[in-house]
Amino acid sequence: MWKVCRKELADHFNSTRFLLLFCLVFMVALVSTYMAAENVHKALQGNTKPSQVFLMLFTTPGKFFSLVQFVAFFGPLLGIIMGFDAINRERQLRTLGKLLSQPIYRDAVVNGKFIAGVITITIVLASLLLLLSGMGLVILGVVPGPEEIARLAVYLLISIAYVAFWLGLAVLFSIFFRSLATSALASVAIWIFFSFFMGFLADLAADAIRPVYSTRDLRAVVANERLAHSISLISPAVLYAEATGAILDPFQRSTSRLLLVTPLEGLSLERFQGPLPLDQSVFLVWPHVVLLIALTLICFGIAYVTFLRQEIRTL
Amino acid sequence: MASIIQTRGLTRRYGRQVAVDRLDLDVQEGEIFGFLGPNGAGKTTTILMLLGLTEPTEGTARVLGHDPTHDPMPIKRQVGYLPENVGFYDDLTGRENLQYIAALNEIPESQARAKIDAALATVGLAEEGDKIVGAYSRGMRQRLGIAELLVKDPRLLILDEPTLGLDPDGTLRMLELIRDLNRSRGITVMLSSHLLDQVQRICHRVGIMIQGRLVAVGTIEELARRKLGDAAGPSLEEIYMRYFKET
Repeated sequence: MWKVCRKELADHFNSTRFLLLFCLVFMVALVSTYMAAENVHKALQGNTKPSQVFLMLFTTPGKFFSLVQFVAFFGPLLGIIMGFDAINRERQLRTLGKLLSQPIYRDAVVNGKFIAGVITITIVLASLLLLLSGMGLVILGVVPGPEEIARLAVYLLISIAYVAFWLGLAVLFSIFFRSLATSALASVAIWIFFSFFMGFLADLAADAIRPVYSTRDLRAVVANERLAHSISLISPAVLYAEATGAILDPFQRSTSRLLLVTPLEGLSLERFQGPLPLDQSVFLVWPHVVLLIALTLICFGIAYVTFLRQEIRTL
Repeated sequence: MASIIQTRGLTRRYGRQVAVDRLDLDVQEGEIFGFLGPNGAGKTTTILMLLGLTEPTEGTARVLGHDPTHDPMPIKRQVGYLPENVGFYDDLTGRENLQYIAALNEIPESQARAKIDAALATVGLAEEGDKIVGAYSRGMRQRLGIAELLVKDPRLLILDEPTLGLDPDGTLRMLELIRDLNRSRGITVMLSSHLLDQVQRICHRVGIMIQGRLVAVGTIEELARRKLGDAAGPSLEEIYMRYFKET
């Protein structure tokens, strides 16, 4: 398995495709974070620095989006590009039969490719985060504390799981579809669906199942909102956005979009508005992370089983 | 002589279609066995079953004393399989392709280099080893395919249509290469083909497979005697056509 993995890694790092993607991601991330850093820097001038200001580097929008939003949106593309031709390229080159007649188990091919993809993703994301942190250090002049570093590390792990989900999906399609274009398009279609349409769809479904006839009917509004939220959680993009949001923003106390607060509770909330400790933030998004990893494993599991059962004759 | 490949009642069905029908095949150690038959006769399916890449519906196979379905690893380690129209990683050099194969066969890097050089020299690609495979001609690709098999020092070569699509010169070189490997290294060869005159030139024994059934096995002379009487200069083509018309 490691032999396959090593070759795939070498392939990834030598490919023009990877180089282009890497440059693109780095440039966009650099520019957007630079602008975010400038914004934070300006806003903080003359004020005492709030706690955990370093994390704002990643959550503050520059001109268009924050780094976190950028990764949530373009991370899938990274995974898809790494995986969409994993198996069917071997088929197209007619190397699969030869590969499988070597003394390796069939699953070593899928595992090796998947792990090589995950390692590449880890390297890209980790180096991205380190680079941007370095830049933030210079511009903001703030040294991140241990808790901020820990939060960034958790953020990195969740991001890897998120991109790995898309990698797994792309590998799955590369097994199902013989044509490279079809598998790429199928992955991109799912990506667009989850990124853009899931929100509409969730609202639509919620309106159909629990309609709100009057906005004064508070109970109906809440039920509708809860249902829409639950439905949208099918989407890994939503899972990821909520999870990383809570991890990088210690002031966020809930992943729900809707909170019912009585006046007295509101008062107490305002009075005790302090950051959550890291373990509480992690606790908050734990279900999201588990769900995300489960989705990744399901995708990879289906890919694995399909490949093991596939008739070589049709390869 | 021991049987290096032995199948008994080997059958593979796809739905209601029978690709391989109760095949009893024996290939002896040290021979070149020609596996003949029209396209779609079940030759490739048989080969895939021998390598454990497809499971038989019924029957058993032993290759080098192992069962390919339940114990394929020792077989894959000692058998070099050249698929029909073999492919390579076109953006890598010939040498890099061989290095990958050597790595997959757990050949230590210190030995791999010498083995790769020797294999390239044997197939006449010593000069071209560092060019990317995308620039190879068809004949060179096919010979690189053989080099890949040699890297792992096989006891048995299974070649699926090794001369398909080669020009006369390339075909001749390929056949000579196969014969030479068999003679000088004692490697057993099983090759499938539908090009009869080529098979006749190098094979010790042939088996004729038509519609999934092995209709005849033996040396060319034996088959000729059986089918044509004592016709002078037995031609495999004539024998084959007799069998073909009968089924």
